[in-house]
Amino acid sequence: MPLDSKSPGGPIETRWDRHRFSLKLVNPANKRKHTIIVVGTGLAGGSAAATLAELGYQVKCFCFQDSPRRAHSIAAQGGINAAKNYHNDGDSVYRLFYDTVKGGDFRSRESNVYRLAQISLNIIDQCVAQGVPFAREYSGYLDNRSFGGAQVSRTFYARGQTGQQLLLGAYQALERQIGAGAVEMYPRTEMLDLIVVDGRARGIVTRNLLTGKVESHLADAVVLGTGGYGNVYYLSTNAKGSNATAIWRAHKRGALFANPCFTQIHPTCIPVSGDYQSKLTLMSESLRNDGRVWVPKKKGDARKPGEIPKEDRDYYLERRYPSFGNLVPRDVASRNAKMVCDEGRGVGETGLAVYLDFHDAIQRLGKPVIVERYGNLFDMYERITGEDPYQAPMRIFPAIHYTMGGLWVDYNLMSNLPGLYVIGEANFSDHGANRLGASALMQGLADGYFVLPNTINDYIASTKVEKMDAGHPAVKEAEQQVNCVTRRLLEAKGTRTVDSYHRELGKLMWEYCGMSRTATGLKHALEEIPAMREQFWRDVKVLGTGEELNQSLEKAGRVADFFELAELMCLDALERNESCGGHFREEYQTPDGEAARNDDRFSYVAAWEFRGVGNPPGLQQEPLAFEYVHPAQRSYK
Amino acid sequence: MRIVLHIWRQANAAAAGRMVRYELPNVNTHMSFLEMLDILNEDLIGRGEDPVAFDHDCREGICGMCGCMVNGVAHGPLPGTTLCQLHMRHFKDGDELYLEPWRARAFPVVKDLVVDRSAFDRLIAAGGFISVATGSAPDGNAILVPKENADRSMDAAACIGCGACVAMCPNASASLFMGAKLAHLGLLPQGQPERDRRVMAMEAQANRELFGSCTNIGECEAVCPKDIKLEVIARMNRDFLHANWIGRGGLKGD
Amino acid sequence: MQYRRKQDIHMSAVAINPLNRAVRFYEAPIGKKAVMAVTGVMLVGYVIGHLLGNLQIYSSDPQQINRYAAFLHNPSNALALWGVRLILLAAVVLHIVSSVQLWQQNREARPLRYYKKADVPTSYAARTMLWSGPIVAAFVIFHVLHLTTGSILPLHDIGPNMPDVRYNVVSGFQNYWVSGFYIFAMILLCMHLYHGLWSMFQSVGISHPRYTSKLKKGAAIVAILIAIGNCSIPIAVMAGLVTY
Ligand SMILES: Cc1cc2nc3c(=O)[nH]c(=O)nc-3n(C[C@H](O)[C@H](O)[C@H](O)COP(=O)(O)OP(=O)(O)OC[C@H]3O[C@@H](n4cnc5c(N)ncnc54)[C@H](O)[C@@H]3O)c2cc1C
Ligand code: FES
Repeated sequence: MPLDSKSPGGPIETRWDRHRFSLKLVNPANKRKHTIIVVGTGLAGGSAAATLAELGYQVKCFCFQDSPRRAHSIAAQGGINAAKNYHNDGDSVYRLFYDTVKGGDFRSRESNVYRLAQISLNIIDQCVAQGVPFAREYSGYLDNRSFGGAQVSRTFYARGQTGQQLLLGAYQALERQIGAGAVEMYPRTEMLDLIVVDGRARGIVTRNLLTGKVESHLADAVVLGTGGYGNVYYLSTNAKGSNATAIWRAHKRGALFANPCFTQIHPTCIPVSGDYQSKLTLMSESLRNDGRVWVPKKKGDARKPGEIPKEDRDYYLERRYPSFGNLVPRDVASRNAKMVCDEGRGVGETGLAVYLDFHDAIQRLGKPVIVERYGNLFDMYERITGEDPYQAPMRIFPAIHYTMGGLWVDYNLMSNLPGLYVIGEANFSDHGANRLGASALMQGLADGYFVLPNTINDYIASTKVEKMDAGHPAVKEAEQQVNCVTRRLLEAKGTRTVDSYHRELGKLMWEYCGMSRTATGLKHALEEIPAMREQFWRDVKVLGTGEELNQSLEKAGRVADFFELAELMCLDALERNESCGGHFREEYQTPDGEAARNDDRFSYVAAWEFRGVGNPPGLQQEPLAFEYVHPAQRSYK
Repeated sequence: MRIVLHIWRQANAAAAGRMVRYELPNVNTHMSFLEMLDILNEDLIGRGEDPVAFDHDCREGICGMCGCMVNGVAHGPLPGTTLCQLHMRHFKDGDELYLEPWRARAFPVVKDLVVDRSAFDRLIAAGGFISVATGSAPDGNAILVPKENADRSMDAAACIGCGACVAMCPNASASLFMGAKLAHLGLLPQGQPERDRRVMAMEAQANRELFGSCTNIGECEAVCPKDIKLEVIARMNRDFLHANWIGRGGLKGD
Repeated sequence: MQYRRKQDIHMSAVAINPLNRAVRFYEAPIGKKAVMAVTGVMLVGYVIGHLLGNLQIYSSDPQQINRYAAFLHNPSNALALWGVRLILLAAVVLHIVSSVQLWQQNREARPLRYYKKADVPTSYAARTMLWSGPIVAAFVIFHVLHLTTGSILPLHDIGPNMPDVRYNVVSGFQNYWVSGFYIFAMILLCMHLYHGLWSMFQSVGISHPRYTSKLKKGAAIVAILIAIGNCSIPIAVMAGLVTY
């Protein structure tokens, strides 16, 4: 049976309105009687927890950092899209919808994307009212910029810290509710299992990261806003703590995992400098507005960049994509960087970098303008590399950045497990096979502020959940499961550290399931991963106990999940015999090296069902229909 | 290069702590400070010793999770830089570095270099917000904000809540943190209606948390990784005086 | 680590009476700091007035300063004189009490000191307030004992209520110990004022990015001028430029 997305039919413009009208409401006086668990305090979780509490629900909210304000959303730099058309440059809800569906390479659900574009308008209003200090023009009106390959100026930003400011808005709203006693906040608490009773999500098992205490929390519904899983690759732009544990353990309890192989690689990151490297740093995409990307024409040209004359440089993006030039979408820019490096034309010590050059921009606009626009980014580059980008071009290389895949959800953002909602980067919903710049923030806030608080009422109103307490066998079983994993990790008493395994897995994934993939490579990875995983469980070395702050133990649990998830990612990538968006299979490309989709066979969401570690998972498909934006080859030429 | 570290080791909140000496013979100059600690920890685990607990997450200088005292300076010697963004090229071969956790009554040590900063969250919960429920906002452009105010508000809003100001302040005062939030919201038209009540509530909460108070020394400003200026504290003082004598910012029960 | 607190988050419109406001004001560290600022202004005003009075010693008319003293001590001015003295005394007491209270609270805010703590160089004057304050206070007591009550060296009078200031000053400053202590105290006062003058603007909230550096400079200039003026007298006496 194909998966039912519950997308309403009819004219797309009114789908959300009509759907909302059809949903049941909960009497305000009754909301107090219902508890909702929200895991995650990023843009998605934070906004949802605050809004649900404002509506009157009892909310319990969790995050693993020491404060809800530190969720990884804080790191987003560039901006947030909204189809306000404040600049009268031809933007509209429909255009944002169109761009997002096309940018996602026709692997997203039209109804969801349209709703996202509609809601984008309210998000900006809400954030302004909260006091988010968006950039302004001298007139006092909101400023916009164009971003990430969009041809209209629809990106709202707060210097280079948009994510931080939006998150602080949500965090402050959340703290207000905490102060009012409407939200119970559990920082430094990690969700380690989902409690499922009669097929419904009824709670979670957590571990207090300071004391090690394992506890169960029960509720009427569980919301996961736990972010993406880019850290499967070890090196990524994600925060060190970002992990897949919450969604993976929910997956193991029955939630379907959709499109796991859809990962996004960001083209402008600071290249790896050595083995000790612990993470990669993103340089905002906005740099491509003025910087020009190039490599030497000759292989192995060892001259300094300044000594290479114009005619010996290959501005390959401008050459191959005359109309978009340096502003092509992320997947295209990343893949091209890899291609030139594979040809041996990469620069820097490792040969794994390309130049991003501001020389021409500085000549044209003057240094002060560049300082004004990118000063903080240039400083950051200098701080990390010790080189001055005003003098020599920056060296950049793509890095894992975002995961479009995630738990499968329907139009209501509910997973296939009734009562389990998934929001933000943790779900798979709106970006198809590739996400456009500045739209993850938009999606996280749309889900948390506006979609979920409307759809969850329907479930609460129409479901009679039985009373239960911590003595319920399902609760006991889940707690035991958690304790058992902790014990196994501590008792392995092996020889290698958790990080060493994580690094090894990351390398393998980057090699075979990274920027471009082949059937042979994926098959190889699928043989390696289980062996590696087994060795991990046998030979990992975790010191200390489970009854204290034990950072190695936390990491070990997360890496254990990454091993299982990695296998699923490779399998999904192998099954999807086409190239689309961030998923590039070398076997499937057009003669000039662009991604070749196969709409006849793969116009579906691949939702995987867990059937035990080491057992092949089951594939369920949600067919995708495109009534408004007709699939065509994406062209940025 | 060779680096000698003296690190505060404390097993848990109740235990007594002490400085322990570690020697790292091969530190790569391109490493970040935290990567150096990673290497130390890998080493310690290899030898079967408890690794050093330290907080960190983004390693990009924005989440505010990292931080410790390096030779008596919060976040180390480079101004405007968090510990995670500090690279070893700023140190010399043979340097001896003393690492200690933030120390303040309001920030109890949890383990090694990890402290409990939840007092900051409670300060925000007390009043560091604008009370607007989701859905009740007018169009974004209905509220005009002069660019200069928006920019100054953003300067203050850049605070990452790392706690370096408290750690460095001889009085362990949270004034820079509070002042930053009050300036962020107080410089915007949206923040005006609650301005009096916000400052009174946050001020009262800071005292409950047993933070010290500002005596205008300026060490906080000197170590703030986001360059928040002392002016925000002056603004807070002004707001307080206004709210106390003229405003209607009375809190029940206070 | 879990936290949850109930508190009234609504703006309350309860009218607060002035007494409540005053209590609330003084209870808050910001209030105490404002008290220090306001009393500080009064004391600085006095210091400047006092200095201007003293500078009359340089007048070409040797009796000028004694005439000024006689004017102040004239019985018909007694009420005003004692009024001012009481106000100053109250200011001094408030200034000291609030600073001691703040100091105590602040010390408790960090029970365990750092093993190693660096100080930011620019804050030198600020960090010395703690001991420059008490020493200046001790100096003030000494000064009063010396030149007002005559408990240290016998004072000369020209007539009833007419102290011979010129004689008292010159004979006092011819003693190197006395002059040395004066000069030392004036240098500390200078530092105290440098930080205090700037700080009081900060404490009552007068601060702006454009003016902060000017305020700091202005404070430094005023503090230094006061110190130079005050130190010049013992130096001049010792150099034999001012004689009896
Ligand atoms: C460097 C960088 C720059 C970016 N820039 C942009 C940009 O300019 N524009 C844009 O639109 N997008 C950008 N993105 C993407 C965007 O920031 C993220 O996709 C988005 O913020 C994710 O938000 P979230 O709420 O889903 O998850 P997160 O913000 O990742 O929050 C996850 C939350 O879940 C909690 N959590 C996770 N696991 C557990 C567990 N097991 N138990 C308890 N709690 C748990 C965490 O504590 C955290 O609170 C950027 C991403 C990166 C990495
Ligand atoms: S780790 Fe996030 S600020 Fe340093």
